[in-house]
Amino acid sequence: MLISNLEILPDRRIVRHIGLVQGSSVRSKHVGRDIMASFKNIFGGELQGYTELLHESREEATARLVEQAKSVGANAVINVRYSTSSIAAGAAEIFVYGTAVELE
Amino acid sequence: MIELGFFVVFLACGFIFGQRAEKRHFKSIIKREKQTISLPVVASKYPPEDQRYDQVLVSGNVVVASDYFKSFTAGLINIFGGRVTPFESLLDRGRREAVLRMKDDAISHNADWVFNIKFETSRIVTGRAGAIEVLAYGTALVPERTSVTSSFSSLDTSSAGSLVTNPAISATRTSPAT
Repeated sequence: MLISNLEILPDRRIVRHIGLVQGSSVRSKHVGRDIMASFKNIFGGELQGYTELLHESREEATARLVEQAKSVGANAVINVRYSTSSIAAGAAEIFVYGTAVELE
Repeated sequence: MIELGFFVVFLACGFIFGQRAEKRHFKSIIKREKQTISLPVVASKYPPEDQRYDQVLVSGNVVVASDYFKSFTAGLINIFGGRVTPFESLLDRGRREAVLRMKDDAISHNADWVFNIKFETSRIVTGRAGAIEVLAYGTALVPERTSVTSSFSSLDTSSAGSLVTNPAISATRTSPAT
């Protein structure tokens, strides 16, 4: 499955445009992480727990996007965009969407 | 009185550790930027057509927290207005770090270019003070001779914790398809 955030694939012809596919994921870390994070807020620095959390979350959302694209018979998703919104303390929603297409 | 004591201690901790961490971070960013300068990152949507490339989505993200001193000075600046420099440097650090991690991801795919880079910044709520998340993503153009056939499997090789200063450039080079 080809995933790209470009709209143009030189040398590849798009046979069919299938339409929008999407994937989303909402995740949060356990309270311990949140407490650690509030300590970090005094000293500054990277919050690795949250970096990992959001990364995993994005992978999951992308996996769902791919699953959906497969189920509609696509072999590539182009013009992919990510969007993040924090909905509660320590929880964030990751949304990924793109256009499913069939390449020859 | 105890509260005031806590406040002063936090402020001092934020000032000392925060400034030190920031300086160290900037130093490492500059060093790694020099190391990865050979990989061009472009904001254009139109890939070159002179060579056949495989496209792989690459990304890098980082969550950086503000320290107590930064939050406090930002609050002071807020009263008078003007440039909130403590947060400007925080966001700058976040963006550059995210780009570096994205580049590491691209390098691990033996990419020649990264096209159509997009940034996304969001505030992560952690109690009172703030932390921001920066995501940088783009499409890596991998010359077809070295590329892997399934590009999605490459998404699983995470770029998390890729604070590695020396990404093994040749680690994932695959033998050409027979």
